[in-house]
Amino acid sequence: MNCDVCGKKEATVHLTEIVNEQMTKLNLCEDCAREKGAQMEEHFGLSELLSGLTDMGTAVEPEVAITTTCSNCSLTYQNFRKIGRLGCSECYEAFKKELSPLLKRIHGADRHIGKVSLRGGKTIKNTRTLQDLKVQLEKAIQTEEFEEAAKLRDKIRDFEKKAKAKEE
Amino acid sequence: MKTSLDDFLKKDSEWLKGTGPNSDIVMSSRVRLARNLDRLAFSHWADKKQQESIMNAVFDAARSVSYLKDALFIRLKDLSEVDRFFLVERHLMSPEHTKDVEFKALIVDPKEIVSIMVNEEDHLRIQVLQSGFNLMEAWRIVDSIDTELSNKLSFAYSAKWGYLTACPTNTGTGLRGSVMLHLPSLVFTAQIGKILQATAKLGLNIRGLYGEGTEASGNLFQVSNQVSLGRTEEDMIDNIERIINQIIAREETTRRTISTKNREALVDRVWRAYGTLKSAHIITSNETIALLSAIRLGVDLGIVKNLDRRMVNELLILTQPSHLQKLEGKILNSNERDMKRAELIRERLT
Repeated sequence: MNCDVCGKKEATVHLTEIVNEQMTKLNLCEDCAREKGAQMEEHFGLSELLSGLTDMGTAVEPEVAITTTCSNCSLTYQNFRKIGRLGCSECYEAFKKELSPLLKRIHGADRHIGKVSLRGGKTIKNTRTLQDLKVQLEKAIQTEEFEEAAKLRDKIRDFEKKAKAKEE
Repeated sequence: MKTSLDDFLKKDSEWLKGTGPNSDIVMSSRVRLARNLDRLAFSHWADKKQQESIMNAVFDAARSVSYLKDALFIRLKDLSEVDRFFLVERHLMSPEHTKDVEFKALIVDPKEIVSIMVNEEDHLRIQVLQSGFNLMEAWRIVDSIDTELSNKLSFAYSAKWGYLTACPTNTGTGLRGSVMLHLPSLVFTAQIGKILQATAKLGLNIRGLYGEGTEASGNLFQVSNQVSLGRTEEDMIDNIERIINQIIAREETTRRTISTKNREALVDRVWRAYGTLKSAHIITSNETIALLSAIRLGVDLGIVKNLDRRMVNELLILTQPSHLQKLEGKILNSNERDMKRAELIRERLT
């Protein structure tokens, strides 16, 4: 198994964190683990803590990430790392790649299953069902329940076909 | 507007009534939602003009919300420093909301159950405060206000990540549920350290209301959820409730043990606190909070019979610096406040 951060070296350190009864696993090589340990000791403030966390996801291509700018509010990713706050709702789209692992680290989950906003409520519900099915499929494959997996795969295909037909 | 704010001084907030489930141990329950307007810069990143238009849009929308039909719409720049901290002491807004006030605002209903901070970290921070252990009810109210507001305002929302907030720690539901607990017997018996650790491990935040960690003065602790994404709102509330129920049970058992096995020491402690408060002529805010905690326990355990929980709660708030200055109608320095505080307490305890 390769390191989750650098993706190159063999992962020998396995971190398990439990947030809200949900387990997140992080597999690291020795070098990245040491670096993470050092970061954890250094970082105290929220913005530092956040940028400490985001470093995890951006270690592969830090320069590209830092210069990414939100076209709606012109906040850069570097601004975000410094102040620990995003600039507007569109930043979530602009920094999607960096935010996805960050949100997962903070919350132990990266998908909202709570209240659905009124606007466009229906499309959101459809997307939610599709996402649910995909998660179930993943689980079925992991637990080697292939019969169940096949059923879910057909359901997903069906769902996507219907959604496409509606769009057209 | 000035006179309306002064009216708050003459009455108790709903959450100070000292009623509701488990109100001997749980002082109050609060649920807040973070919301932002779609595509508009978050308050810290917005320029003055944008901040102003955000404030106006929220004011317009809030006027149509049934819960807020008699609400006060307060621009913080119109208030004195004392008045701003008066609102903080009443738990209607955060200390951060007293800074850079030009386009910051507060909407608050006359019962002080609902308040909305405008242009704090998020465009809207909608909070509902209830007396006692009542998180689910607080959630129901805040949920309906949020729904009414969303008829008029277009909130930042993504199908994948839910409600989008300035800080990623609030993304998803934007929900923070918190409960204020009075845990004197867990502190006296030095069990609190373990409880703090265990609670933190379960994904909840726990901190002293006045002061930090195990040194929290007044034995008052605030417990809230850390995570806002990946669970439904009801599920989050349920999770907090289950853990709080265990803390309540532990405090109850310990109270029973103390009041049977160590009754004289407890009675001594309570009446000494009473005696000090009744006779002091100079008293600091910290000492007051600590002594009121002992009296509150005395009231809960039937040792003090001439006071009720509501009166103790009321004293806790009235003896805060800005409340004293509003009562006196002028700015007081710290020495003057300590004297005024002692005088007020002596009057109330006769």
